[in-house]
Amino acid sequence: MGFYLIKRLVLMIPLFIGITVISFAVIHLAPGSPIDMATDLNPKATAEVKARMRALYGLDKPLHVQYGTWLSRLLVMDFGTSFSQDGRKVTDKIFERLPITIFINVISLLLILAVAIPLGVLAATYKNSFFDKATTVFVFVGFAVPTFWLALLLMILFGVHLGWLPISGLKSLNYEYLPTSAQLWDRVSHLILPILLSAFGGLAGLSRYMRSNMLEVIRQDYITTAKAKGLSQRVVIFKHALRNALLPVITILGLSIPGLIGGSVIFETIFAIPGMGQLFYASVMARDYPTIMGILVIGAVLTLLGNLIADVSYALVDPRIRTT
Amino acid sequence: MSKEKNLCQAFTDQEKLRHLFWKRFRKNKLALTGAFIVIFLFFAALFAPWLSPYDPGQINIKKILQDPSAEHIFGTDQLGRDVFSRMLGGSRISLLVGFVAVGIASLIGVFLGALAGYYGRWVDNLIMRFVDIMLCFPTFFLILAVIALLEPNIWNIMIIIGITGWMSVARLVRAEFLSLKERDYAVAEKALGARDFRIIFLHILPNALAPVLVAATLGVAGAILTESALSFLGIGVQPPTPSWGNILTAGKDNIQIAWWLSLYPGLAILITVLGYTLLGEGIRDAIDPRLK
Repeated sequence: MGFYLIKRLVLMIPLFIGITVISFAVIHLAPGSPIDMATDLNPKATAEVKARMRALYGLDKPLHVQYGTWLSRLLVMDFGTSFSQDGRKVTDKIFERLPITIFINVISLLLILAVAIPLGVLAATYKNSFFDKATTVFVFVGFAVPTFWLALLLMILFGVHLGWLPISGLKSLNYEYLPTSAQLWDRVSHLILPILLSAFGGLAGLSRYMRSNMLEVIRQDYITTAKAKGLSQRVVIFKHALRNALLPVITILGLSIPGLIGGSVIFETIFAIPGMGQLFYASVMARDYPTIMGILVIGAVLTLLGNLIADVSYALVDPRIRTT
Repeated sequence: MSKEKNLCQAFTDQEKLRHLFWKRFRKNKLALTGAFIVIFLFFAALFAPWLSPYDPGQINIKKILQDPSAEHIFGTDQLGRDVFSRMLGGSRISLLVGFVAVGIASLIGVFLGALAGYYGRWVDNLIMRFVDIMLCFPTFFLILAVIALLEPNIWNIMIIIGITGWMSVARLVRAEFLSLKERDYAVAEKALGARDFRIIFLHILPNALAPVLVAATLGVAGAILTESALSFLGIGVQPPTPSWGNILTAGKDNIQIAWWLSLYPGLAILITVLGYTLLGEGIRDAIDPRLK
């Protein structure tokens, strides 16, 4: 196991370097520089001023030198200072926004697991039943629904017409004046819609995946044996089949991380949640290079870590993996 | 003589497979529904200018944000334009983006996947590690960053969705090539001294395209969703060009008063994506019923 872990960690290094190279290339090969953005509307900005600004941000050096400096600073978690008006450190800006994004994603991931697994297992167990067909339709519609549209509809329904849930931000304006219990509900009610929507996107895929895994497992000889021994349907499904069908889910969870993080841009923008997605959107709009690069790299590294955790846990529960 | 017979056999096998494919496909109601939706939308987009009751760009200050009525069946938007006509225009954009983006992704994916699978060794290693790296990025972040740095217009959107979406195709094609290159016909071709590119693209590739077709059909669905999300965020197709996503932006801005601006374009996206997904899954099941 120790050897396997080390091997996996070593394999991450070239991936990490690749991630930084691509992030860097994406931002720097695109036309239009932040200096132009800042000076276009200012008639007083002469060529000399522009050159000075470029030197200030290190944009006048050749690309590989810029990459070198950026990478060496990145290794000590220094992404530089933001180009925006506040001029704060990129790391500070990102890390104050990261917890809420991760919190929402983890909760919605748990929600996905709690709903999708039973759904998939039942659909497979009662294949071709009404329940199976109904979930199949649900799954296809779930695949096809644009989440931002569903968000709009739910905002209209629960926010505008019924007035049950707030539709933006993390807390109400009068939050400070509320009693403690109401404060708690205020927090929770702001998160209900974002979490539901973030979970909805992954639900369809995982339940479909769970169903086909389960069907695959049910066909195996050892399940037939278990049935032939006279074990009850319950025991066969939940004790014998489910365990093996659950294994590949671990990998899928690892793979679903980039989608979840990417999706946070959409629902954080819609619900005005001050998370990493919203920061990314704002930085992209302002061409704030250091922040964009920082978030791209952190997003990719989170994915890398997620995959590592998934692979290692897979190896923990399934010894066959370690030997290959 | 026996060679001729073999050829005949191979030909009828091919026919039989095709026949089986249609037989299975026809029996799958969901797949037929998908195919029907896809064809219907294709013609709607094709004849959009003739089907539109109004000019989609026609601003009418006297008719701002009108409820759906007999005159404007999906209502009017914040500039008094007919929403139904704008949605027909948007269907062209969606279809165009979907097909071009998937075309680009398929070309890149097929090319790199074929090279990796056929040559193996370091070529395979290099290409597949590149795939791994690309898969680490939250795709939507990558798209957003590039789109906003380039000008957000429809061509850039198609290109960027294409070049961030080829990885799964490459993996599929590589897997097919790994087994197909060991087949007798490929080995024989090589022994006869055919050039690699001839073997790869003329002989092996046609046999490896079935999974690509499935992935491409599902990919169109994904690309349409991505385009609408980008346009919704205001960094996709730019107004006044109509797109389902940017009509929804107007829906969000007028969320308190004009529900029809939010409802109909979203339904259109839902139905379109559903159509392509059902069709893609249907093709997959008909090619290989074991996977069902």
